[in-house]
Amino acid sequence: MKLSDLTTRAGEWLRGIGPMSEIVISSRMRLARNLAGYRFLTKMSRHQRQQVEGRVRETILSSNISPQTLYVDLENAPDVDRQLLVERHLISKQHAASEGARGVAIGDGESVSIMVNEEDHLRIQVLRSGLQLEEAWEQINGIDDSLEGKLDFAFHSRFGYLTACPTNVGTGIRVSVMLHLPALKLTGEIEKVFRAAKDMRLAVRGLYGEGTEATGDFYQISNQTTLGKTEDEIISDFKHQVIPKIIDYEHHARKTLLNDRTTALDDKVYRALGLLRTARLISSEETLFLLSHLRMGVHLGRVKDIDLRTINELFLLTQPSHLAKLIGRKLEGDQRRAARAEFIRQRLNVN
Amino acid sequence: MKCQNCNNTATVHLTEIKGGKKIEKHLCEQCAAQNEGLAVKSHTPINELLTNFVLAHSGMTTKEQAGQCDACGMSWSEFRQTGLLGCEHDYAQYEKDLTPLLQRAHEGATHHIGKVPTRRGASGVPMKRQIDVSKLRKELARAVESEDYERAAKLRDQIRVAENGGNSAGGNA
Repeated sequence: MKLSDLTTRAGEWLRGIGPMSEIVISSRMRLARNLAGYRFLTKMSRHQRQQVEGRVRETILSSNISPQTLYVDLENAPDVDRQLLVERHLISKQHAASEGARGVAIGDGESVSIMVNEEDHLRIQVLRSGLQLEEAWEQINGIDDSLEGKLDFAFHSRFGYLTACPTNVGTGIRVSVMLHLPALKLTGEIEKVFRAAKDMRLAVRGLYGEGTEATGDFYQISNQTTLGKTEDEIISDFKHQVIPKIIDYEHHARKTLLNDRTTALDDKVYRALGLLRTARLISSEETLFLLSHLRMGVHLGRVKDIDLRTINELFLLTQPSHLAKLIGRKLEGDQRRAARAEFIRQRLNVN
Repeated sequence: MKCQNCNNTATVHLTEIKGGKKIEKHLCEQCAAQNEGLAVKSHTPINELLTNFVLAHSGMTTKEQAGQCDACGMSWSEFRQTGLLGCEHDYAQYEKDLTPLLQRAHEGATHHIGKVPTRRGASGVPMKRQIDVSKLRKELARAVESEDYERAAKLRDQIRVAENGGNSAGGNA
């Protein structure tokens, strides 16, 4: 597998096939781990950093974490490749922007990525389509077990897995579910979600995690507590309490729009479709906004000739670095907006 | 109450004493920022406030005693600035200072009860003792929840014995 193979299609997790995929885009899990005997990243020398990167890379590539594993050396990767990986949720913005020896291992149709030397020595991540928390846990736990057989992880009997930031210590787990909530946004009830999340000590973030805004009505809900609960408890809270509640709210809001405000709903959906099929210059922000309404229209059966997968792919492939890779050169301003508009028209079968 | 400069609601109330004279000012956020150079963040999330409070508080009480970590040179004040620790030994070094902070961040929890590595990688040291301790802790949490304090006290003693009986925690690095 090469990095350039990634640009033409979406990862497994964006196929739009998992349970509850009309509302739950993806289930993500990550484990933070550090090697015993090495300082954390903040206090590491250049040499140590290289050593850790080399050791972890070797271990990952010699472990059976997935049939085909691609390792990207991010220190020496071109900027556009790093941005591409951010757009695909395979690395964080911080990991793309930082300096020094670091990398990412990508496997199993992009459902696995392991960031090396991000905030911690290892950040193991599993991404699945729709609501698949238990499956994600099983997979990530297995990867953790096989790496642990070869690496000494920093562990303390009281504090658990030791992490650079004390907010991750203990299990080192972060469970995130990405939700598409356009109807709650339209009916002005999105505050309900924020309140429910706050009550349960959960964080609500935007599309690209920490410090990003909620664009295209996408919200990432994740746990903040990592200590004093087992992994199973954290996952089960999500599965049985938080997520079903929010899904219910959104379903209810969609039904209300469909039954009581049909014309208003159709107006949003068909305006979105009309603009996407005819625009000649379009920004990524406007694209997200319109695709969001269109996606809801497809789910509610107002638009029948487009499927969720096509829309999910458009969300991904219309981002700046993906467009640049598809076109084969860096694009700026109107050139980029024109290329984006053309690409969308093609995908939505209109020329 | 209205802001004395404009018609917005006054949310900043200042009392200044100049030359023995008391002057009261009632301003809205914008006017306070413009005229008095006071930046007011009224919508700070409660978590942030608490974290800042804990950080500030624990910093004050520990500055003199803590010094630096022998292994990585991280000082408490340096940690307070970045929020990131320097090495695994910092957890033992700053255990007292970290505890209130962990409690704020993790719903009052101070002990790990989740997954435990089955062995310590290359060194192959079994981690069974730690598994036992974490099991006891889970039972303790359950006992406290069901208000069975007699059992909780027993479990607490068992945990103490188990923890002191083994080699000291904190890794073999």
